[in-house]
Amino acid sequence: MMRIVVMVLLLIPGLLKAQTKKSIVKTSTTSATASSANTLKASITRGKTVYAKYCLTCHQVDGSGVANLNPPLINTKWTLGSKTVLIQQVLKGSSGKVEIDGDTFSNTMPPLKVLTDQQIADVLTYVRNSFGNKASAASVGEVKAVRAKLK
Amino acid sequence: MKRLLFILVTALVFSATHVIAQTPDQVKIKVPSGFAVSVIAKNLDRARHIVVNSNGDIYIKLARVRRGGAIVRLSDKNGDGKIDDTARFGNYGGTGIAIKNGYLYAASNTEVYRYKLNNNVPDTAHPEIIVKDLVAGRQHETKSITLDNSGNIYVTIGAPSNACQLQDRVTGAPGQDPCPLLEKTGGIWQFKADKKDQSYADGIRYATGIRNAVGLDWNSETNTLFAMQHGRDGMQDYHFYPDSISVELPAEEMLEVTKADDNFGWPYCFYNQIIGKKVLNPEYGGDAKTVGRCDGVKPPVMAFPGHMAPNGLLFYTGTQFPEKYRKGAFVAFHGSWNRAPLEQKGFLVAFVPFKNGKPSGDWEIFANGFAGKENIATPNQAIFRPCGLAQGPDGSLYVTDDAKGYVWKISFSGK
Repeated sequence: MMRIVVMVLLLIPGLLKAQTKKSIVKTSTTSATASSANTLKASITRGKTVYAKYCLTCHQVDGSGVANLNPPLINTKWTLGSKTVLIQQVLKGSSGKVEIDGDTFSNTMPPLKVLTDQQIADVLTYVRNSFGNKASAASVGEVKAVRAKLK
Repeated sequence: MKRLLFILVTALVFSATHVIAQTPDQVKIKVPSGFAVSVIAKNLDRARHIVVNSNGDIYIKLARVRRGGAIVRLSDKNGDGKIDDTARFGNYGGTGIAIKNGYLYAASNTEVYRYKLNNNVPDTAHPEIIVKDLVAGRQHETKSITLDNSGNIYVTIGAPSNACQLQDRVTGAPGQDPCPLLEKTGGIWQFKADKKDQSYADGIRYATGIRNAVGLDWNSETNTLFAMQHGRDGMQDYHFYPDSISVELPAEEMLEVTKADDNFGWPYCFYNQIIGKKVLNPEYGGDAKTVGRCDGVKPPVMAFPGHMAPNGLLFYTGTQFPEKYRKGAFVAFHGSWNRAPLEQKGFLVAFVPFKNGKPSGDWEIFANGFAGKENIATPNQAIFRPCGLAQGPDGSLYVTDDAKGYVWKISFSGK
């Protein structure tokens, strides 16, 4: 028993740190206006439904992907980087090897231009704010602009 | 304080059971009573296929070059039953590896090489290219190999496609008809085992209509080629059945090739094990029940649940294992990724009993527990993923894992 207590005590600083980090994030969210926070939340919720239908089978329920085949979406330069590139990826699909940290992923991603601008904005907002990711939301306007350029 | 402690302990227990289920070394592989399992190598990186030489040396093909090579040779030089020498060579990643008539054969994703074994030592400085310029698409690019007893080598050339659709993996997009991919992929090719620099013009398409056969073995009893097909993905997107049935479709098939250019139906057909028929794929107008042009297409000799990904096949020719296993087939399943919304499954080694060259009963699980826990939601949660199989000179069975690079030896201890 004593041993367990010591082990737990040793772990406390790490756990507290994680706790602190979480509360900072929380504070920054709540400091934004209530309505934009609600908008973000609603978009994430809608995006989760889109993800389940069109993305989950390959990218997996936790965004961890499949080795060699389907790239993970957790904390990658693709997921957190340029929204334009991400939107293009969804609209055009992928037919080239994707490299992430020295691993390659080469399965075909079908183009998903059947999705509406709203659905694409929502699913990207969901992906960029799930699986431990924290990045800005994608807007309908951004999707519209990229789609117009592709035509 | 007491409460805080309780919360912390609960959190720790929760994370221990849910996030880090077990460390690799805590995973216990379950085998039938009388068998014993030992880890003979670990952390080799992506260990694909494996072969054991008559002197006991073990050769493993890695998917990529690591620590100086993508072929690993493990030896037990002092004969104490433990690996005491590791050598690496071969500057190409790949899957297939085999030994026949004094040569070690190994495949990259586009070539097959061979090395002469001089007194069981491979001449690593002089690899010969036996087959070259094979198509390696962006999926199903790995090459599996096996050899017959008449001087031929067989090479899987997987189709770089799910169902030969004009737009790959777009639900509802029609399939190309005829499928142009079948000319150079989607089958198994036969080449001479001792002729250099062969390519398509020198070989023959020995089996066609196979999407991707990763598990491959020559059965010396029937004198025929057996192959394990990875069936198509995305059947659940067509909603012919409730999800619980759809995710089991199509069957992963054990195929027996009995004549040159034998046809197994991909991409036009798939095997619906619920009704026991080869039926039309939805991309070719099918509804999971209509047979149409699939009438007469060769069915599998054994069907397994969908998406379990059979990566290794071995006909057991030893006598160490009990009678029921002799001349039967072991199949290493890599485990699924395409069964959402249901859990993933199939991180195991199966066994199929054979009598007179035909399956004599249903398949069963031989070795299990590779995933490290039950209810795997995503393949990344599986600690190990079985891939290759080999038989040692003493009749032991070897299994590789390409997630962590572990190799197990399974022996029958008698009682």
